[in-house]
Amino acid sequence: MEVASTEGGKRRRGMKLWSFHGGIHPPGHKRESTTRPVESAPLPKELVLPMLQHLGAPADPVVKVGDRVLKGETIARPGNFISAPIHASSSGTVVAIEERPVPHPSGLSAPCIVIETDGKEEWHPSREPADHRDLEPAEIRDRVRQAGIVGLGGAGFPSFVKLNPGKTVKTLILNGAECEPYITCDDALMRERPEQVIKGAMVIRRAVQAQHCIIAVEDNKPAAIDTLTQTLRSEGVTDMEVVAVPARYPAGGEKQLIKVLTGKEVPSGGLPIQLGIVCHNVATAAAVFRAVELGEPLISRIVTVSGSAVGGPRNLEALLGTPVPDLLRHCDTDFEGLGELIMGGPMMGVALAHHQVPLIKTGNCLLAVSRSEIEQRPVVRPCIRCGNCAEACPVNLLPQQLYWHAQSKNLDKIQEFDLFDCIECGCCAYVCPSNLPLVHYYRFAKSEIRAQQEKKRKADIARERHQKRLERLEREKAERAARRARKQPVTDESKKAAIQAALERTKAAKKESSPDEV
Amino acid sequence: MKFRKAISSPYIHHPPYSTAGMMFSVILALLPALAIYALLFGWGVVVNAALAVGVALVCEAGMLAVRRRPLFPTLGDGSAILTALLLVFALPPLAPWWLTTVGVAFAIIVAKQLYGGLGFNPFNPAMVGYVVLLVSFPKELTLWSMPLSLAGSSLDFSTTLSYIFSGSLPDGITIDALTAATPLDTMKTQLGLGRTPGAIAASEPVFGFLGGKGWIWVNLTLLAGGLWLIRRRVISWHIPVALLGSLAAISSIFYLLDSAHNASPLFHLFSGAAILGAFFIATDPVTAATSNPGRLWYGAGIGVLIYVIRSWGGFPDGVAFAVLLMNMAAPTIDHYTKPRVFGHGDRDA
Repeated sequence: MEVASTEGGKRRRGMKLWSFHGGIHPPGHKRESTTRPVESAPLPKELVLPMLQHLGAPADPVVKVGDRVLKGETIARPGNFISAPIHASSSGTVVAIEERPVPHPSGLSAPCIVIETDGKEEWHPSREPADHRDLEPAEIRDRVRQAGIVGLGGAGFPSFVKLNPGKTVKTLILNGAECEPYITCDDALMRERPEQVIKGAMVIRRAVQAQHCIIAVEDNKPAAIDTLTQTLRSEGVTDMEVVAVPARYPAGGEKQLIKVLTGKEVPSGGLPIQLGIVCHNVATAAAVFRAVELGEPLISRIVTVSGSAVGGPRNLEALLGTPVPDLLRHCDTDFEGLGELIMGGPMMGVALAHHQVPLIKTGNCLLAVSRSEIEQRPVVRPCIRCGNCAEACPVNLLPQQLYWHAQSKNLDKIQEFDLFDCIECGCCAYVCPSNLPLVHYYRFAKSEIRAQQEKKRKADIARERHQKRLERLEREKAERAARRARKQPVTDESKKAAIQAALERTKAAKKESSPDEV
Repeated sequence: MKFRKAISSPYIHHPPYSTAGMMFSVILALLPALAIYALLFGWGVVVNAALAVGVALVCEAGMLAVRRRPLFPTLGDGSAILTALLLVFALPPLAPWWLTTVGVAFAIIVAKQLYGGLGFNPFNPAMVGYVVLLVSFPKELTLWSMPLSLAGSSLDFSTTLSYIFSGSLPDGITIDALTAATPLDTMKTQLGLGRTPGAIAASEPVFGFLGGKGWIWVNLTLLAGGLWLIRRRVISWHIPVALLGSLAAISSIFYLLDSAHNASPLFHLFSGAAILGAFFIATDPVTAATSNPGRLWYGAGIGVLIYVIRSWGGFPDGVAFAVLLMNMAAPTIDHYTKPRVFGHGDRDA
C-alpha cells in the first residue's frame, strides 16, 4: 500500500478539509512512469480519428477521401449541441473514411477518418493567438468549442458546456487528484507545465466568472504540489490555491472531491453547479489555455504507458489518432507476454478487445499487463454479506443488496437501493472476499433498466398512436354518418317514387329502342 | 493485488482476506480454546471434534453432489468445518456419536444446504443443529462432563472412544462420576430453591472465580481468540461489544436491584456460551445484520434475549435461541438501518 505523504498535513493548513465515506488505498504504481520526463511520441504513418471520442453525438466528417489536410484543420464538425469537432492531428492526406476498431470493450468498430501523414507537420493557418483578458466569456467558450476540447480526465464531456453554467459560480475546482493507480499523466503535466495549468485555470475562471479557484492534488504528488505553488508565487497569482487532498481512491471522483474540499454533497442525480461549483480536469485546463491563448485545437494529449508488460513505462505526448501499438512499441512493450491491455486505470478502465485501436481524447493511460500477473480463473464464492463492500463504498450504498437484487433481476427493488447513484468506481469489487464481479452486476442492472425504460417509452408511443388511430377511425365514421344524414332522408315514399321513375325511364327507353330490335 | 481476467472493470482485486481465509481465521481463533477445552474436559472433546468435522464434510459433499454443484471450491471454503467445531463447543464432551452426527447433519443438510448453501441460510446452521438436539434429546444434553479436576475418575482415549460409540463404560466407573450439572444449570436450579448466588457459588464445587471451574479457562481463551479476530479485522467489534455490553447492562440492573436472587454480571458474561456467542456465533455475517448501526442493534438484542431466557426461560442458557431469534430480525434491522446515500437528504426510515 502506498503511504500517504506526511507533508500533506502541513500543506492542508489554512483550508479545512472534509472526508467522504469508504474508499480504498490500492498500491499506487505511479513511480514506474514518473522517472523520466514527458516524451513526444514519434509521428505515426497513419492517424485514425474516430468521430466519437467524447460523450454526446458523433462528429460529422467535412473532408473527403483524397483531401489534403493540415495540422489543426477541422475535419469533422459537431454532430449536435452536445458534441465536439475533430481536427487533423498532423498534415497529410485523407485516405479513408470508414469503420475501424475503436477503444471499446466489445471490440466495436465505428466511423473514423484515416489520415496518411506526410511528415511535414504543416499547421493550418487558422491558428489565432489571443489574450484571454481581451475576450468575452462567450468568445472563450466558442474557442473552446471550436478546439474540440472535452473532459480529459476520462469522462469526455464537451468542456464548453461546462463553461456556460448559467448560474453564479462560487468555486472553480481544477481536479488534479489523479487517484487511480498507474496513471500519472496529470502529475507529469502539473510538474512539467504548471504554467499551462494555471493559465488554463485563469481562462476558465474568466469564462465562468468564478469567485474562487482551487487546484486540488492528492498528497501523494508532492512534486506537483510544490511546482504549482511555486509557479503561482512566481507569477504573482494570489487568488488561486493549491490544495493537497489525502490520497484515497476515489478522491478524484468529481462528487467525492467536492465533498472533500467543501463538505457539500452534490445532490443525487444533480450537477456541481447546483452548489455553485464547476469542476474541470487539470489537463482540460491546459488544453483550454492552448486553445484560447495559442489558438491550437485539441490534437494531442499526454498518455501514461505503464504496466508489467511495458519495459520502459513513461508519459508520452502523443497525437490523437496514433495507433496504440505504436505507443506501446515505443515504450518497449513485451507483446508476446501481454495478457491484458487496458485503456484507463485498473479500477475504471476498459480492457481492449483489439490492440489495433487509436489513442483518443479520453485515453489517459495505456496499461499493458503481462500474462503472468493475471489470475485467469479466480475462485468466485457466494456472497457472505460480510459488509466490506458497504464499508468501502464512497457513495454509502449497500453493494451486497444491489448485488442480490441484480442477480434476481429485481429491477424495482434495486432502484430502491439507489442503483443509479453508483459511480462504478469498483471499490466494492476490490474488497470483496468472495471475488464477485460486483460492478459488472450493476452495469448489467443499469442497462436492463435503461432497456426496459426505452421499451416502455416505445410502448407508450405505440399505445398513444393506437389510441389516436381508434379515435380517428371513430371520428371518421361519425363524420361519414353525419354526411349521409345531411343528404336527403330516405323514406318509403321517396323510395317508391324513385323506383317508379326508374321503371318509367326504362319503359321509355324500350319504346325508343324497339324499332331497332325488329 | 492481482489483476484478473474480467468482463469489465475493476481489474484489480485485493480483499483484506478471502471468504475461505475468513473461515479459516475463525477456525484458527477457535483452536486454542478447543485445545484448552480438551485439556480440561478430556478426550471426548477431541473425538467429538473429529467426528463432527468428518460428518460435516461428508454431508456437505453429499448435498453438493445431489445439487450438482462443484465439490472443491465449496468444501475448501472452511464453512462446514467451522459449523462443526462451533457445534462441538455446544455439545457435552461425552456426547454419544449419534447425537453429534444428528446435530451436525441437520445443521449442514437442512439449515445450510437446503437453503442454498453458504450465503443463503437465514439461520446460523450450528445453532439450528444445537437447538434441534436440545428440544429432541434434552436428557443427553444435560450429561455434561465435569472438569477433569472435579471428576472422580477420568477416561483415557480408548475408553472415551468406546463410550462415545457404544455407550459402555469400563467396570467401576459410572456416568454420574463423570458428569454434573453445568454452572448455569446449577445456578438456575439453586436460585429456584431460594438460595443466593453468593451462597451457591461458595458451596457448589463446580464454581470457580468468575464462572464455572474449567469453563472460565475455555471462555478466556475464546475471548483471546475473539479479540485476535477483531484485531485482524476478520470480524468487526460491533456485534461482540453490543452483545456483551447489553448482557452486562441488563444483568447489572437486576443484580443491583436484587443481588440475593440474581447472578452477577461477571457470572453472566463468563458462563455458558456468552463469549462464544458474542465473538464466534453472532458474528456469522451471513445471518447477522450487515451495517454497523444494524450490528449494534442485532448484538444488543441477542444480549438482552440471552438474559431473558437464562432468567425466566425454560433453559439454563439462551445463546442459541437468542441468536436464532435475532437471525429472524436481521432483515428488518437491515431495512431500518439503511445508511443515508451520498447526495440524498435524510432518508425516511
